[in-house]
Amino acid sequence: MDMQNMTALAYLVAAVLFVLALRGLSSPETSRAGNMMGMLGMAIAVGTTILSPEITSYGWIIGSVVVGGAVGLLIASRIAMTAMPQLVAAFHSLVGLAAVLVAGAAYANPASFDLLDAAGRIFVASRVEMSLGAMIGAITFSGSVIAFAKLQGLVSGKPVVFAGQHWLNALLGVAALGLVAYFCVDQSPWVFWSLVALAFVLGFLLIIPIGGADMPVVVSMLNSYSGWAAAGIGFTLHNSALIITGALVGSSGAILSYIMCKGMNRSFFNVILGGFGGDSSAAGAGGAEEDRPVKQGSAEDAAFIMKNAGSVIIVPGYGMAVAQAQHALREMGDELKKAGVKVSYAIHPVAGRMPGHMNVLLAEANVSYDEVFELEDINSEFQQADVAFVIGANDVTNPAAKSDPTSPIYGMPILEVEKAKTVLFVKRGMASGYAGVQNELFFRDNTMMLFGDAKKMVESVLRSLD
Amino acid sequence: MHGDFVSQLSIFVLAIFVGYYVVWSVTPALHTPLMAVTNAISSVIVVGALIAAGPVDMTQAKVFGCIAVALASVNIFGGFAVTQRMLAMYKKKK
Repeated sequence: MDMQNMTALAYLVAAVLFVLALRGLSSPETSRAGNMMGMLGMAIAVGTTILSPEITSYGWIIGSVVVGGAVGLLIASRIAMTAMPQLVAAFHSLVGLAAVLVAGAAYANPASFDLLDAAGRIFVASRVEMSLGAMIGAITFSGSVIAFAKLQGLVSGKPVVFAGQHWLNALLGVAALGLVAYFCVDQSPWVFWSLVALAFVLGFLLIIPIGGADMPVVVSMLNSYSGWAAAGIGFTLHNSALIITGALVGSSGAILSYIMCKGMNRSFFNVILGGFGGDSSAAGAGGAEEDRPVKQGSAEDAAFIMKNAGSVIIVPGYGMAVAQAQHALREMGDELKKAGVKVSYAIHPVAGRMPGHMNVLLAEANVSYDEVFELEDINSEFQQADVAFVIGANDVTNPAAKSDPTSPIYGMPILEVEKAKTVLFVKRGMASGYAGVQNELFFRDNTMMLFGDAKKMVESVLRSLD
Repeated sequence: MHGDFVSQLSIFVLAIFVGYYVVWSVTPALHTPLMAVTNAISSVIVVGALIAAGPVDMTQAKVFGCIAVALASVNIFGGFAVTQRMLAMYKKKK
C-alpha cells in the first residue's frame, strides 16, 4: 500500500475513534474509556501528520505544542467547575482563531497545501472552502470572546440593542458572502483579509444583543460553529478526519442548542435575535403591586419539615451555583438520608449556564449521579413527594408557564414543584427571576419562603438537623 | 486529487447523520463533558496547522501555522484533561 493510502486510513481510524469517544458519553460508566479513545484518535491524527513528507522542520512545532499544551493542562487542572461555561467559550474562540490562521496559511502558501492549478492560481473550489472556513472561524472567534466576557462578568450580561441592529447584521452577512463570491474571481489579499475582518465584526455584533441567561444557547451554537469551521478547513485540506470531526462537532452543537431552546420554549431565532431579559427593571417597577403576604420560615422550620418527610426532591438552580452551596447541599442530603428520608435531585434543562452544567456541579459535590434526574424523568414524582426544596431556581418552577398564556414564559417546560405537599423556597428576597415575571408559587399556602443566602441557609438547616 | 469534491461532500453529509444519532444518545447529565470533548476533538484542525508550520523556511504561512499549532494544543491538552477531570467526578455510591 502506498504512503498516501496509509495516511488516509490512519485519519479514518482517528475519525472512528472520535465517534466512539462521543458514543462513550451515553453513560457515565463508559464515558472515561470514551475519552481515552478520543485522546488516542488525536494522537493518531497528529502522529500521522507529523510523519508526512510535507513536514521537514520540527523545532518550532515542538515548541508550539509544548507551550500550548502546558497552558492547556494548567488551565484544565485549575479551573473551577462553576467557570466551565466561560472556559468552553474561551476554548471555542481558540478553535475559531486556529481555523482563521490555517486558512490564512493555506492562502499565503497554497503550494504547500497542493491547492494550485496549472496556471499557478488557487483552485476556485479551494477558494470557496478556505474563505468559508476563515469566515466561520472568525465569527466563532469574536463571538466566543464576547460570550466569554459576558459569562466571566467582564462586561455586563445585559443585551446590547440598538436601532437597525438586525438590518446591519444582515447587511454585513450579505457583504461577507459577496466577498466569498468575489474571491472566486479575484484572489487578491485585500479580498481575503477584508472578509476575515468583516467576519470578526459580524461575530461580535451577533452576540452582543444576547442576554447573560441565554448564554447556554450561545455557547452551544458557537460549539456548532467551531465544528463547521473545522469542516470547512477539512474540505480545503482534503482531510477526511477533519471533515468528519467537523461534522460531528457541528451537529453536536446544533442538537445542544435545540435542546436548550426547547428547555426555554423559545425558537432558535428568538434567542439569537436577542434582547430577551433586558428590561427586568421595568418589570420590577410594575411588580410593586405584589404586596401580598408570604409565609416565611426559618432554617429550624425547614429542618423539622424535611426530617419528618418521607421524600424530598431538591431543585437546584443557577443561584445555588453562584452561592457555592452545592457542597453544603449534598451534606444536607446525606443527613436527611441518614434520617430515613428519600432524597433526589431534579434538574431543569436550562438550570445552569451551559447544557448539563448543574449535573457537573452536583457530581463535583459528590452527589451520586443515580440520585440526579432530568425533568421528564422526575416530574411525575412531585405528586408523591412531601417536600420540594427549591434553591436558587425560580422561573423553571413557575406554574404561570402552564396556566397564563400572557406570561413571557408561557409554554416553557417547568418542574412541577407545586404538586409536592410542601414547597420550600430558598431565596435572597422577593425579586423576580430572569424573565421578569412574578412567581405565583410564593403566595401559596403550601409554600414556605426561606429568605437568605443559599449557602448560609443550607448550612443553618444542616445545623438544625443534628 | 481535486475531482473528489463530491466524495468529500458524501463523507461530510454522512458524518452529520452519524453525529446526529450519536449525540442524541448522549445522556443529558454528560452534556457539559460532551461540549468539552467536542471542543478538544475539533482541534484536530491542528493537522492543517502542522502542515503550514512544516517547511524549513520562515514564511508568513509558517508563522500562522506555529501560532495555530500552539492555540490548538491549548485546546487539545486542556480539552481532554478537563473532560477527564469532570468524568472522574461522576460516581455512583452504594
